[in-house]
Amino acid sequence: MEQEILLLKGNEAVAHAAIRCGCDAYFGYPITPQSEVLETFAELEPWKTTGMVVLQAESEVASVNMLYGAGGCGKKVMTSSASVGIALMQEGISYMAGAEVPALIINVQRGGPGLGTIQPSQSDYNQATRGGGNGDYEVIVLAPNSVQEMADFVELGFELAFKYRTPVIMLSDGVIGQMMEKVTLKEQRPRLTNEEIARKYPWASIGRTPDRKPNVITSLELQPEIMEKHNLHLQAKYREISQNEVRYEMSGSETPELAIVAFGSAARISQKVVDLAKAEGIEVALLRPITLWPFPTESIRELATKVKGILTVEINAGQMVFDVRYAVEGRIPVEHYGRLGGIVPSPDEILCALKKMLKP
Amino acid sequence: MTQEIIISGFGGQGVLSMGKILAYSALMEGKEVSWMPAYGPEQRGGTANVTVIVSDERISSPILSTYDTAILLNQPSLEKFEKRVKPGGALIYDGFGIIAPPSRTDIKSYCMEAMNAATEMKLVKCFNMFILGGYLKVHPIVKIESVMRALRKTLPERHYHLLPANEQAILRGMELVSL
Repeated sequence: MEQEILLLKGNEAVAHAAIRCGCDAYFGYPITPQSEVLETFAELEPWKTTGMVVLQAESEVASVNMLYGAGGCGKKVMTSSASVGIALMQEGISYMAGAEVPALIINVQRGGPGLGTIQPSQSDYNQATRGGGNGDYEVIVLAPNSVQEMADFVELGFELAFKYRTPVIMLSDGVIGQMMEKVTLKEQRPRLTNEEIARKYPWASIGRTPDRKPNVITSLELQPEIMEKHNLHLQAKYREISQNEVRYEMSGSETPELAIVAFGSAARISQKVVDLAKAEGIEVALLRPITLWPFPTESIRELATKVKGILTVEINAGQMVFDVRYAVEGRIPVEHYGRLGGIVPSPDEILCALKKMLKP
Repeated sequence: MTQEIIISGFGGQGVLSMGKILAYSALMEGKEVSWMPAYGPEQRGGTANVTVIVSDERISSPILSTYDTAILLNQPSLEKFEKRVKPGGALIYDGFGIIAPPSRTDIKSYCMEAMNAATEMKLVKCFNMFILGGYLKVHPIVKIESVMRALRKTLPERHYHLLPANEQAILRGMELVSL
C-alpha cells in the first residue's frame, strides 16, 4: 500500500505503524488510556495478513516476559501499557537490558502514584529515564509530541532497539494517545524471515546451529569478574548511545529572553505559550527533548548562555527539571511549572508562570 | 484561518462523534486538525466534551484556555464554557438542554431548537448532525460534500443507509440558525 493520510488517535497510529513496519508480535494487557492499541490490532487482524502475533496476556508481568522470550529469538516485538502497568514490567525491562534483548515498550502515561487516575500525566519521567528496575542500566526513551510521532517512533524505536540490542521506551501520555490528528502511514514492509533473522542477528536464540556455540539469553552470571566485564561493556554501549542518539527540537524565538524546556504533550501546549508570549512582546524559545535518555544536556547548557531563565513545563511535580538544572549548572534560574493528578495545564497558566520569571 | 472549538454536552448526545466528523471533513479539505476528547469520568455518564481545532497552519496546543466557538448542549457545559469563549466569539446552544441561557453580550449567541426539530422529524439519533449544520451556518469552514464524505469514511458500511437522514439533519440544522 502507498502512503496514506488518516485521522487517528495516537494509540491507533501505534498499531497501524507496528503492522506496517513488519513487527512480529505484540503482547499486552488493556489499561486506560492506551487500550486502543490492543483494540486496533484486534480490528486490523494482522495475523491474517503479515502473520504478526497479537496476544492479550494475563497480566503486564506476563506481557513483558513474553517480550523477553520472543525478543531473545531476534523477533521485532512490542508491548504497551500505562504507568501502573509499566511499573509491573520493570523487572522484565531490567532483565532485557542485562541480556541485551531488543524490544519496544510504550507507556501512555496516566496520573499516579499507584492506580492514581486515568487522566494524562508525565509523572513517569523518572521511572523511564532512571530505570525502575535494578542494576546499572539505561533505556533509550523517546518522547512523541504528536500522533504522527507516535507512529514514526514505533519504527525508530525498533531501529534503535536492534542497533544497540536494548529495550526502548516510547514515553507518551494520555493527551497524545487519545487525541486524533492527521497521520501519514508508510507503506507495508514485510516481516523478516527466520533465515534473515539468523543472518542479521547472530546473537539470536533460534535453535541449535551446528557451526557455533549455543546462544544463551540470560542476565545471570555468577562470576563477578565476568559480570564486571559485561557491565563495562554495557556502560561502553550507553556512552556510544549518548554520543550518537541525542535528539531534540528547537523552536520559537531566535533572540529569546526566556526559554521553555518541555517534552511530549507539555511541549505542544508550550508552543502555544510561545505564541501568546510573543503577542505580549516576550521572546521565548522552546527546546523539546525528543530523547529523554540520552538527554540533550549540551544543547541546554548552550541555551543557558543565551537566556535569562528557563522554565521547565512538565505534567508532574518536577522531574526533568533536575536534568535541566544539572545541564545549566546554576548559571541562570531554572523554574518548574506543572499540574498533578491528571490535570493538564492550560497555555494561560503556563504563561503566568513564565511572566513571574521576569519579575525581579 | 484557525477555528478553536469546544463541543460539550451529556454523554450520548454525540458530542465526540460530531467533533470527529467535523475534523474528518476538514482533513479531507487538506486542513490541519486536532481532536482532543475528555476521556475520563466525564465520558462515563457525566458531561462529555471535545476540543476540535481546524487550521490552515500547524496546530500547537490541542488543549486550550479559550475558544472561538463553543457548542454547548447542556446546562453544566454552559456554566463551564460560556466564560471561556473569546470576546467576539460564537456560542451555539440547544434550547432544549439549556434552562438559563447565556448572558454575555460581548459574544454572539445562537439558540437552536435542534432537539425539538429532531423529535418532530423522528431523527433524534441524528441530533448532533442538526447541531453540526447549525455550526456550519455560523462558520462555513467546510463544505457539506466534505461532511458527507467524512460520514462515509467514519460510518461502517452497514450504516450507509442512514446517510440521507444525516444529510437531512445537517440541512435542517442550518435553517435552525438565524444569523
